[in-house]
Amino acid sequence: MSDIKSGEITPKELFLNRRLFIRGAALTATTAATALLYKKFNPVPLPEEARDKITDVTKTSASLSTNEKPNTLKEITNYNNFYEFSTDKSEVAYTAKDFKTKPWQVSVEGLVQKPKVFDLDDLVKIAPQEERIYRFRCVERWSMVIPWIGFPLKVLLDKVEPLSTAKYVAFETYYDRTQMPYAAYAGIDFPYVEGLRMDEAMHPLTILATGLYGEILPPQNGAPIRLVVPWKYGFKSIKSVVKIKLVEQEPPTTWNIASPREYGFYSNVNPNVSHPRWSQAQERRIGEFSLRDTLIFNGYADHVAQLYTGMDLKRYF
Amino acid sequence: MKDARFSKFVLFVNSIVPLVLLLWDGWNNRLGVNPIEFATRTTGMLTLIFLCITLLITPLRKITGANWLIKFRRTLGLYAFFYGTLHLLTYVWFDRFFSIKSIAGDVIQRPFIAIGMVCFALLVPMAVTSTNAMIKRLGGKNWATLHKLIYPAAIGGVIHYYMIVKSDTRVPLAFAFIVALLIGYRVYEANKTTTSKVKPTLSAE
Repeated sequence: MSDIKSGEITPKELFLNRRLFIRGAALTATTAATALLYKKFNPVPLPEEARDKITDVTKTSASLSTNEKPNTLKEITNYNNFYEFSTDKSEVAYTAKDFKTKPWQVSVEGLVQKPKVFDLDDLVKIAPQEERIYRFRCVERWSMVIPWIGFPLKVLLDKVEPLSTAKYVAFETYYDRTQMPYAAYAGIDFPYVEGLRMDEAMHPLTILATGLYGEILPPQNGAPIRLVVPWKYGFKSIKSVVKIKLVEQEPPTTWNIASPREYGFYSNVNPNVSHPRWSQAQERRIGEFSLRDTLIFNGYADHVAQLYTGMDLKRYF
Repeated sequence: MKDARFSKFVLFVNSIVPLVLLLWDGWNNRLGVNPIEFATRTTGMLTLIFLCITLLITPLRKITGANWLIKFRRTLGLYAFFYGTLHLLTYVWFDRFFSIKSIAGDVIQRPFIAIGMVCFALLVPMAVTSTNAMIKRLGGKNWATLHKLIYPAAIGGVIHYYMIVKSDTRVPLAFAFIVALLIGYRVYEANKTTTSKVKPTLSAE
């Protein structure tokens, strides 16, 4: 910083200047270091990259889609629970971005007449691709409105001809430690498994989604194919599905295994049943400042309440 | 380190940097998809970080002999209280919208909220008695005893954090480990001095 040799007499002014300089440098350097440390914990959303478009999307009849304003693609793709990739919702977009989803197969098996392993390319052709704009309510008290593209799960199940003994459908997520190195820290068992009762699985609202906002699903949202059950808490809508098995007994489900007291098999959205650690009466819609009241069955009571007639929803939470 | 005023200033500026950046990012809409959650989590984290740094001063002084570190302790402790206040404010404002009834219900229903509230309450008397005049008024010994409240506050703060995490407990456990080390050191030192019958009280420094 200077050419002054140690033997030279330093004028007082210069000495003060140097002291000021050192002080300034110390302040700047430490402040910058603190700022960098802070930045490390505040990930900035990834730039939106173009994905393959889905053509020939049919609009669904108004009764199945909500006319509420959907959340932005940026919101939907930068706030994800996908514990195989990260337990930090804003980090999944980064850690999942190289997830390989081609080729992809889904095995549909168990108590069915015609078990079959479907290539994804064939799977998306078994029914017209529909847009379904659904409310999505996470068990963590936040919610979104998401314009999914997909087809009813029923179409697929009908194809394999379920036996009368099939009472439940078990789902499994792809699991691969080399592609999902952070899964080790998630604190839950993998592969992720979920399940539905047969009548829930066959319900017209229940879809297998392959896209959102007119494009194929990004990895963090469960590419290339995921379940969407809009009247249940988000964790029921299992991502990146590789196996669908029809079974007789209620299948094990990941969060229920992790904490049976907190997460039931049904996990229907219900403002009257609190999570043991927090109330479910309200939710924060992403992008909104004030809280909304949570609706029973996430606002889909007209469609699904009859599935649970006579059931004690407090007991079967 | 003779330049006490300047080094204190450096500490003061650095400690406020996270808040300035948080507000700046918030103003520019860069706090992620759920900015309220981010602000709550960040201020909570900062409270724990400042509690830990405050607790680090005494062991560091004793081990390295760098006694001048003591002059930073009050600022650090006050920053812990400051970020704790902001953390509580994000909850009372953005989550409960200043509804006393709703907060009361929440405290009953959510034990981790109750624990957080207690921890904050423990910080208040320490912040209030942080001035030189208050130290004089209380007397050094009483003051030191009162300021032992930082131990339950730090332990409770970690429990509060641990309870809200769903399954990935790495970060709260890391805090638990650090707080255990910092308090464990004091227990160890107290036992050492007790057995050698020099100073039978646990130093609250």
